[in-house]
Amino acid sequence: MKHIYALLTGLVFGIGIALSGMMDPAKVLNFFDVAGTWDPSLAFVMGGALVVTFIGYRLVWRRDAPLFGGRFQVPNSSAIDAKLVGGSAIFGIGWGIAGFCPGAAIPALGTGRWEVALFLGAVAVGFILRRLLTQSQPSAKTA
Amino acid sequence: METLFTPFASFGGGLLIGLGAVLLMLGLGRILGATGIMSGLVFAESGSEFSWRAAMVLGMILAPGVIFAVTGSMPQITVPVNPLMIAVGGVIVGFGASLGSGCTSGHGVCGLSRLSVRSLVAVPTFMATAALTVFLIRHVFGG
Repeated sequence: MKHIYALLTGLVFGIGIALSGMMDPAKVLNFFDVAGTWDPSLAFVMGGALVVTFIGYRLVWRRDAPLFGGRFQVPNSSAIDAKLVGGSAIFGIGWGIAGFCPGAAIPALGTGRWEVALFLGAVAVGFILRRLLTQSQPSAKTA
Repeated sequence: METLFTPFASFGGGLLIGLGAVLLMLGLGRILGATGIMSGLVFAESGSEFSWRAAMVLGMILAPGVIFAVTGSMPQITVPVNPLMIAVGGVIVGFGASLGSGCTSGHGVCGLSRLSVRSLVAVPTFMATAALTVFLIRHVFGG
């Protein structure tokens, strides 16, 4: 049941990604190309997503625990360090080169385009390189 | 290349992206970060941590097919960059998102809505470097 729930959650997220235009690198790169063929659509994606999460998270956290047990696992670190800033800066460079980010590319894989598989394979290589070079624990956590 | 300005589709897609994130928190108590979910698959640590992520990723990948089944048209994407840029960009995305503990979904949607200080630093950082990268590629080096 938990896995069916997780699958449906991914499906809702993926349909959102597809409808929003986030999985289209042409739109993503145009969002950043303010000096050229600017397309501000993706600001509306972030706006829509934040409205729902800002309210929805707070409603969910009124519960004692998630539906399928365990506890709410929310990162509580507030450390602004070189890894955070440098890693984010590096991520943005890659996003600006390829036009895909991981959360958009996973649903995009379902369109059957080979470029998406190439991108996600390269992302996995990036994860492995980071682990080899920094010798620290992998980031199973996010944000 | 111009892309259509799609504020309503993008906002609606954003609402669903947010809903996916809220549903994951409600059911499993987790942040919806594509970097964390994908690295949890690449570096599988335990079966139970692997399996819900695999189910979720499967749901994400099924999304374009479900849209096709309902509407009769597959979401179209345009990849305006060459395969080398996809591959290089992908490695950089994977390295940076892993080092910075998050990407557009984890920091951008989940982190900002929690008012995470780390995400409030990460998001403007990767947005700025992405925009700068696109500017350099398109308007300085004439890619």
